[in-house]
Amino acid sequence: MTGTVASRPVGPVPAIATSLRLWIPAGLVFVVLWLWGRDVLPWAFDYPRSWVPPVRDWISDAMKWLMNDASLGLFTFREMTRAIAAVIDVPYQIALGLLSGGATVLGVLVSPIGWVGVTAVMGLLGHFAGGWRLAALTSACFGFIAIFGQWTSAMVTLASVLIAVPLGILFGLFLGLAGYRWRGVGRALIPILDLMQTIPVFAYLVPILILFGFGPTSAVIATLIYAMPPMTRITMLALRRVPSDLQDLGHMVGCTPRQMTWRVMIPSAKESLMVGVNQVIMLSLNMVIIASMIGAGGLGFDVLSALRRLDFGAGVEAGFAIVALAIALDRLSQAFADRAQVPLHVHGGFIARHPYLFGGLLTLILSALIGLAYPAVQSYPEAWQISTGTFWSDLVRYININYFDALESVKNFMLLNLLIPFKRLLIGLPWVGVAGLLALSGWCLGGVRLGLLTGGLTVLIASTGLWEEAMITVYLCGLSVVIAMLIGLPIGIAVAMQDSLWRGVRLVIDTMQTLPSFVYLMPAVMLFRVGDFTAMIAVVAYALAPAIRYTVLGLRSVDPSLIEAGRAMGCTPFQILTRIRLKLALPEIMLGLNQTIMFALSMLVITALVGTRDLGQEVYIALTKADPGRGLVAGLCVAAIAIIADRLIQAGAHRSRVRLGLADERANGDS
Amino acid sequence: MDRVDAPVATGPGGDRMSAPEPKLVCRGVWKVFGHRGDETLRAMGPDPSGDTLSAAGLVPAVRNVDIEVGEGEIFVIMGLSGSGKSTLVRCLSRLIEPTAGEILFQGRNLLAASDSEMIELRRHAMGMVFQHFALLPHMTVADNVAFPLEVQGVSRAERSERAARMIELVGLAGRETAFPRELSGGQQQRVGIARSLAADPELWFLDEPFSALDPLIRREMQDEFMRLQSVLKKTIVFITHDFDEAIRLADRIAIMKSGAIEQVGSPEDIVLNPATSYVREFTGAVSRSKVVKVTRLMGPANGGSPVKTVQENASIADAAPLFNDGTDCVAVTDAQGRVTGHLARPAVIDMMLQG
Repeated sequence: MTGTVASRPVGPVPAIATSLRLWIPAGLVFVVLWLWGRDVLPWAFDYPRSWVPPVRDWISDAMKWLMNDASLGLFTFREMTRAIAAVIDVPYQIALGLLSGGATVLGVLVSPIGWVGVTAVMGLLGHFAGGWRLAALTSACFGFIAIFGQWTSAMVTLASVLIAVPLGILFGLFLGLAGYRWRGVGRALIPILDLMQTIPVFAYLVPILILFGFGPTSAVIATLIYAMPPMTRITMLALRRVPSDLQDLGHMVGCTPRQMTWRVMIPSAKESLMVGVNQVIMLSLNMVIIASMIGAGGLGFDVLSALRRLDFGAGVEAGFAIVALAIALDRLSQAFADRAQVPLHVHGGFIARHPYLFGGLLTLILSALIGLAYPAVQSYPEAWQISTGTFWSDLVRYININYFDALESVKNFMLLNLLIPFKRLLIGLPWVGVAGLLALSGWCLGGVRLGLLTGGLTVLIASTGLWEEAMITVYLCGLSVVIAMLIGLPIGIAVAMQDSLWRGVRLVIDTMQTLPSFVYLMPAVMLFRVGDFTAMIAVVAYALAPAIRYTVLGLRSVDPSLIEAGRAMGCTPFQILTRIRLKLALPEIMLGLNQTIMFALSMLVITALVGTRDLGQEVYIALTKADPGRGLVAGLCVAAIAIIADRLIQAGAHRSRVRLGLADERANGDS
Repeated sequence: MDRVDAPVATGPGGDRMSAPEPKLVCRGVWKVFGHRGDETLRAMGPDPSGDTLSAAGLVPAVRNVDIEVGEGEIFVIMGLSGSGKSTLVRCLSRLIEPTAGEILFQGRNLLAASDSEMIELRRHAMGMVFQHFALLPHMTVADNVAFPLEVQGVSRAERSERAARMIELVGLAGRETAFPRELSGGQQQRVGIARSLAADPELWFLDEPFSALDPLIRREMQDEFMRLQSVLKKTIVFITHDFDEAIRLADRIAIMKSGAIEQVGSPEDIVLNPATSYVREFTGAVSRSKVVKVTRLMGPANGGSPVKTVQENASIADAAPLFNDGTDCVAVTDAQGRVTGHLARPAVIDMMLQG
């Protein structure tokens, strides 16, 4: 009844038959250009240096101007950013002081809570949110960190997370609200969020460093940029999904706009919003680890320095501490999201109404008092620490001594027969031809606008003069994605139909997804040392989770009545799988592919640490040289690759959904 | 457009609503969806056809609707899905802004009211029940019912007292601390009804309140609704797609098709004199004897004094068993027990034979 206004897709989408007639000549032109064009049109292969606009210098100059000359009247730009940093620094120092001690805030020395206190409070939180089992898990995770001697670093990391998460939730929520209330703001936000999520984090570390100074607060700000977009997106989506009945109700009982937002909309969307909160927490943790490069310290710094020293034992220990922290935080926030509502009308005194708050305070006071008498309660005694560092180092040494040849031959075989030839092939392609083919694909899948976008972004990448690096990125990412899909699809198909198996696998991939990307580097480097192959292994491992998850979700969401119909017609289980399930799950699997690519790209940048030669390396070099222009330009190239892949796959998924009758022709994707 | 506007009181059966004060009046209301609907509509003159509108890229959801709802009346708007009935009721409460027309509530034009005036009106004068209940999932039954009062800023003590009264009224006492997800559909709608009544509105909108319920529960809820209305005497606009429900509950029915009103009248009028072939499609299957009231067939009270009596709001089908033992004539009495006429056996048999 409402708004059935005819709205056509943006630009005409050519039919399959016409697109075939287009593709054959286009392919021919491409092959001719590729094989014989090098001498005739050298500029189509190597983008001429003289055509590269000096964007990176402009950015660097702009940064310099911002820092040195820009003034906002009463105060300079630099004073403003430094003031923001100082404001954020206060709560950070308090959190740091409480958790790991030694911080002075506004002249007052904050004394730390101690490991027993923190662990007990975490256990209490776990019990509050999810009962005894969660309490056991969270306190075990924190106990683990203490026992293995990672306490101080872990608390530094936790302090950053504690500051970044509330800020990320708050900003994300308000941006999302603004985007929901004003359509124009919402439309403007989408591309900005896309960029925030696709530009590799290393790329904006340098500008942030320059603006906000070296130190933990810069890390917090970088974390905000990284962790906020999902909250904003989820807020907009969740508010739009609130049933219109509830909005009508709000109007009918006479809600003011403010009451509407805070009494009706946000509480009704709470369940989805909590998913966003969980995302903010996990991304913050991931980012805090990465941000240790700009002075956040903590576990990430330990892993990084261990990697640099090739001290695997220390690295693995810090890595396990990250895993423990990640699991504890993830399960806690999920339990808060799922927590059943308790009746609100509890009578009695303060203690009866807030048993957990009271218990928490009591625990803190008791542990502090006991800590005064027994220092072992305050800080975990070094004598009790268990170090597995030597064990891991020995293990790696053992593997390298006994299996060196086997590992080496696998690596060399893959490098020689797969990686290097594919890399050469991609580097040898003319950028003009690639841009043309991508534009054509965009046009065929999503109309003129998509074609212009994909072609334009490709030319943009070439015009930065980073074509070769971009192609190396595409080659590593592409191979990793193909391998991840080749592993993930069969696993997904195998477990999708068996509930018990899927429950187990889901626990594994849930845990895999909570692990910060840094962690994946350790085992890969241990076994294969540095290089492209190592990077690929780490990327495949990181990107495997979405490949499995979306395959399973797609297969399981197929309408059961169709399966029944298939069985009634006498299909064999194999026919049901291939003719019905996989066909109908295709759009979902394509979205899984999309996610796999996004995961792979974000991991790829981090693998710059193990010596790849792609855009990630370019960003990383810019980071070490503190060159904001160079880093941002390379970062934007990565973002461009991500956006091209994302838009093409989304359009393809949408098209197949329309063909399967699962979606409306009019609603042209969500992009 | 073939539309028959029945006058407010029609025939002998119209006694129940004799000249009620029109509480809500709706004149020439239009709702068209599409770009610049209002300007285009104005440019098209008084009553453009559907083709003219769709040629301009507009989709009319409500077309030139005139209705009057009397004080204390149950006014049912009946139509199939897509007929514009939900849009119309949302126009009446201005949840959707009508494109053209006038909506007078107690003589005051709602469309001229400012946002804050509308908020005041909705807080105190209007209540609404929704098809899918629209209960806030994070609140208990008691909090849901008290929500309209909370929004108004009523003190905690008063609102919990009033909410408890409403919960008692709809028969949910004892479930105050339950959450909506713990209740059955029928119970959830009872909460919805209690909530819509919490602020004691004069005007009560019910948008397909029982459509999402099972048939047996629906029947029970309809009885419950009639019981409530006999106590509360609200002015009611009730939306349904179920013709039997409309016949059962309505004082008057408006039948809608493609956004326009086909016929307005009492259930009797509509069943006996369907104005269009569309209306006839619904009335064909309805047993007349269940709809027609004894007052319509009774003659003047002259000669003899029948032993048996029947209330004047009874239907012929209700009265028929009285003639089982060969009685020739039954007295019809009003609410005070005064005889207003006599019902003769042949008239009843004729009507019963018609089905």
